Amino acid sequence: MASGNESTSTTATELPLAFLRGKGLAATERASSDHPAVDVPLGEVVVALGHLKSEQGFDMLMDLTAIDWAEGASPRFTVVYHLYSTTRNVYVRVAANCASDTEPSAPSVVSLWPGANWHERECFDLMGVKFVGHPDLRRILMWDEYPYHPLRKDFPLAGIETALPDADVTAETGTRVLSAPMAGGPFVATSGEINLTEAEPRAKDESWADRRPRPDQEGLKQVRE
Amino acid sequence: MATEFSFPDSAAKAAKVPAGLVEGTEFQTEKMSLSMGPSHPSTHGVLRLQMELDGEILTKCDPVLGYLHRGDEKIAENMTYNQFVPYTDRLDYLAPLANNMAYAIAVERLAKLEVPARCQAIRVITAEMARISAHLMGLGAFGLDVGAWSVLLYSLHEREKLYKLFEELTGARFTTSYTRIGGVTRDVPEGWLGRVNAFCDQFLPILEETLTLLTRNKIFMDRTVGIGVISKADALAYGLTGPNLRGSGVPLDLRKDKPYSGYEQYEFDVPVGSKGDCYDRYLVRGEEMRQSVRIIKQVIAKFPDGPWYATDAKRIFAPPKDKVLTSMEELIQNFMIVTEGPQMPPGEVYFEAENPKGILGFYVVSKGGGVPWRLKIRSPSFCNLSILPKICTGCLISDVVSILGSLDFVMGECDR
Repeated sequence: MASGNESTSTTATELPLAFLRGKGLAATERASSDHPAVDVPLGEVVVALGHLKSEQGFDMLMDLTAIDWAEGASPRFTVVYHLYSTTRNVYVRVAANCASDTEPSAPSVVSLWPGANWHERECFDLMGVKFVGHPDLRRILMWDEYPYHPLRKDFPLAGIETALPDADVTAETGTRVLSAPMAGGPFVATSGEINLTEAEPRAKDESWADRRPRPDQEGLKQVRE
Repeated sequence: MATEFSFPDSAAKAAKVPAGLVEGTEFQTEKMSLSMGPSHPSTHGVLRLQMELDGEILTKCDPVLGYLHRGDEKIAENMTYNQFVPYTDRLDYLAPLANNMAYAIAVERLAKLEVPARCQAIRVITAEMARISAHLMGLGAFGLDVGAWSVLLYSLHEREKLYKLFEELTGARFTTSYTRIGGVTRDVPEGWLGRVNAFCDQFLPILEETLTLLTRNKIFMDRTVGIGVISKADALAYGLTGPNLRGSGVPLDLRKDKPYSGYEQYEFDVPVGSKGDCYDRYLVRGEEMRQSVRIIKQVIAKFPDGPWYATDAKRIFAPPKDKVLTSMEELIQNFMIVTEGPQMPPGEVYFEAENPKGILGFYVVSKGGGVPWRLKIRSPSFCNLSILPKICTGCLISDVVSILGSLDFVMGECDR
């Protein structure tokens, strides 16, 4: 039921914002369709989240992620935190823009919630945001040597050909990680006067050629003759 | 609110691992590193644990994830909102109906769209049935992990009956893709609710019988009581949710605390554990199935009439096929939604639903139009597993199997 949020949002919108301002932080209101949301400067994230945790009862870090606003946008990366209070049953969204558009970084909040450890590793892995002060910032979903950050907007959906994680397998077999056959994708058929077999997002069957026709067509020929 | 449980005494259990052993000072042993998984029966999928062992005791445990990473979040940015529904099936593939519902509600909140009472009721029934089926599988696999074969046979037998009902409702047993933004794919078939009710009636005694196989089973208790204890504070700090959090004594259940889809109308209890060990988590799951049956029976008793999709959402919900084939306006509506996708306003929402494995969250950032700009999936299994390095250190290697079984995770959701 959509009204579940709206009932609290009108009164609670000012709360985290006014609270953080009262603490002397340069927080500003963030546009949101549901929960109260604030923007804070990157340098004050840990302090702001610490205050929210200790004094406002936001005891759970539910989610930590980043948004890439595409190449050319500035600020390009925004780190977003979602906190939940198990005592007051409210959420708050805290966001901070990364200073650098090419090598984004943010302070780590592992000291506040140990659970942030994996969230930050994931964010670093897929989005390339470096978390300063993280105890063990390694990739988590992709393998350690993987050279790209796939959730960035400039990374193609099909992927980029790279080496396998195991060099010895590559040396033996020559196999590499290939990009996906999109065949005119992603997942859409182009409109206009086109050959539908070429437009459909599927791999084409190249095994039959003129010199070696499909067996069923050969059969048809014989029947006609 | 909370249901009381009594727990057997296990003081002897706590003293099982002498502290000196962990340090490795008493025996001059060499540490061994062992890789468990990704294809190991007790890792429930493709989880790999890189362990460092001193004899049989873990001195370090480093989970390695990503073997099932498919880039769901990247894919979501490249397709319309309805096209992503089948991908949500494959998150927690033991409860696709619950995932479908969570995703649909998240996007509906973005559109500020409210679905009719009948649609909400259908979603609640399906989500609770999914919860039962997921817990049955979790229970059976947990029993199997610690050596109790028969539980799996009972629970899979019951789950099969649920899958028959899912098939009748959605057309698929497993990957249901049942919801659409603004509704569901089809109304409940005639007589289906009666069959669900009949299932619930016969299920409760069988559930009791199945749980009896484990609840006072000496072997099962030896393997679970006092093992893998997670304190309240740790559970909150690591963002554990679902039965794993409630097993540690935190009564957080979003169906009660932040009701969605009309959960506030139904009466049910939220079971919590007191110690936070593997046994507590098992008991919580068992009780949750009984509560789910209670909810389903209440929904069926006052099943609302009326439309089963948002009739006023012309740019969001594609109308039923019979209307598309007979009415011009519905045909145009269908065409626009199929070609351009449901149209969303700009904005961002974060919605979380209480799924069988824990709290599944969707953070949707929209710039308007038919495709999300960013879709983050907060997966409960991912967060639940993040506590592994902490609770596994100092355990016996056989306890790791119990802990993994009791955490009841799904790698499809963890790796996304």
